[in-house]
Amino acid sequence: MNPSYRTLGTAALTLTLLLAGCSSTKLDEAPVENRDLSGSAAAAGAGAAGGAGTGTAQSGVTTVDLSKSGSGGAATGLLAQRVVYFDFDSFVVKDDFRPMLEAHAKVLSANRSKRMALEGHTDERGGREYNLALGQKRAEAVLRTMVLLGVQDGQLEAVSFGEERLAMQGSDEAAHAKNRRVELRDK
Amino acid sequence: MKSSPRNELPHAPWPRRRFVGALAASAALPAAAQFRVEITGIGGTQIPVAVAAFRDETRAPVPVAEVVRADLQRSGLFRIVDAPAGLDESSRINIAEWRGRGADALAVGSVMRLADGRYDVRFKLWDLVKGEELLGQSHVALPADLRLVAHRIADSIYQNLTGERGVFATRIAYVTKAGSRFQLHITDADGEGGQIALASPDPIISPAWSPNGRELAYVSFESQKAVVWVQDVLSGQRRMLANFRGSNSAPAWSPDSRDLALTLSRDAVAQIYLMSRDGGAPRRLTQSQAIDTEPAFTPDGRQIYFVSDRGGGPQIYRMPASGGNAERVSFSGSYNISPAISPDGRALAYITRQGGAFKLMVQELAGGAPVAITDTSDDESPSFAPNSRLLVYTSRAAGRDVLMTSTLDGRIKSRLLTTGADMREPAWGPFGR
Repeated sequence: MNPSYRTLGTAALTLTLLLAGCSSTKLDEAPVENRDLSGSAAAAGAGAAGGAGTGTAQSGVTTVDLSKSGSGGAATGLLAQRVVYFDFDSFVVKDDFRPMLEAHAKVLSANRSKRMALEGHTDERGGREYNLALGQKRAEAVLRTMVLLGVQDGQLEAVSFGEERLAMQGSDEAAHAKNRRVELRDK
Repeated sequence: MKSSPRNELPHAPWPRRRFVGALAASAALPAAAQFRVEITGIGGTQIPVAVAAFRDETRAPVPVAEVVRADLQRSGLFRIVDAPAGLDESSRINIAEWRGRGADALAVGSVMRLADGRYDVRFKLWDLVKGEELLGQSHVALPADLRLVAHRIADSIYQNLTGERGVFATRIAYVTKAGSRFQLHITDADGEGGQIALASPDPIISPAWSPNGRELAYVSFESQKAVVWVQDVLSGQRRMLANFRGSNSAPAWSPDSRDLALTLSRDAVAQIYLMSRDGGAPRRLTQSQAIDTEPAFTPDGRQIYFVSDRGGGPQIYRMPASGGNAERVSFSGSYNISPAISPDGRALAYITRQGGAFKLMVQELAGGAPVAITDTSDDESPSFAPNSRLLVYTSRAAGRDVLMTSTLDGRIKSRLLTTGADMREPAWGPFGR
């Protein structure tokens, strides 16, 4: 390593941005955070004009914080969640996902013209047609849960992609677990 | 075939009448130059046959004799004997000299361009053992059909020398996936002459040929759910057959072409229904609380084999084609799927899970144990050739889905031409093109 003044200057700017980012991270005050984040982005943009290497600092601070802030607020956070994961060979909607489904059910119940598709998926193991039926069974399980939570049956359609649209490639259990899922999609 | 005893898989007892001189070959044959024929395993008996280059075939868009040779070679039933150039159907054949080369049969011919742009392909097949002419033919065809003519000639040779109908002129439909692009392909049975029937950014699965080979039913996810379509292969015209609430999948044509059995989830869980080929109201055939899917008609149209997990894991069952009591067919293993019935009604092929492996099994329906016919572990979706002698299926090689063909006893396998894309969901088309 052979740090030049310019690199040091960049490092200093990066540090400033990081500090600014830290001070602004108030997860329960989304509007304030948004305003601060746009300020950070502007600062980073100014920095980019002045020195090389600030691109790294910009993505490190702005982008990552932005995605985190999305899940900060309680209500928006639950509605931002749209995937129900399943255990191996299981069609049981686990309690962990109940708050999320309740949040979506509330929105759908409040607006009967809203429609949602529940897309069932499986991992890659096994036959395509049988997996299509398994994914359908998972989607139907989520549908029944949401109907019990007050959504009208006609607002929902359970469909399946089987193993045709994997969320994660790979043959290990980590990938399989990410693929056994039902995704909620607005129609 | 008819003489083959019970409790034994169909194998290759072709008539030995003229070709007893043929002996087992010990090694795989070298592939013909243009065709990447990969054969593993060799039949017990191979008929030595010579196919001379057809006169003037180099001036035609298709190397006719080369296609014929590759077809015969791929079947595993023939050994190709070298032949000099300069022969055609009117040549005088020195029988004794040809016997000396070790050939039992010789095919010669010519390719002539006609004034209207079509080609006249003539050929003659000599029985060198008996020293007589077996058949002579003339095929007049458009340039685009020359490959088909070559396959028909190979079928004629195959039928005359083995006593069975060849499948070289048939077609195979399959799906490729390259990146996020899906294509429904139709190729000759040798994997050549490929054409694309459907291209889509969304998945395509479960193609099924109509019995007359003119239409393909398949499942497309283009509307972000599984919908069954029927497409006229020649014109490309397509119609939505089943788009009910939920998933619509697993189409299977009845042998009389009038109906399709398919899987619908409109009443919650996947069940099997029957629909007219023209659409209309589906009639529910299964009444279980479990998954019922992958229907397959027997060739007489009287029964439907299918997969159900009503007993826990997925197993193969059969029921009358009008619905009713189902009886379980598969008993070994906890996961048996994708049943296919051979067109002669004698064999059942399916996929079983053994540990973490998925294996292609073949079982004589008249009785007998299921036999694993591959040494691979990712087999999927078997489909019988119309002569009931071969199967095409998906397997994996070098991290890709590939299409394999195999004799029912697993002794002769070949890999269809690979394109670099994942190849899957093969469906072997009927005779009669």
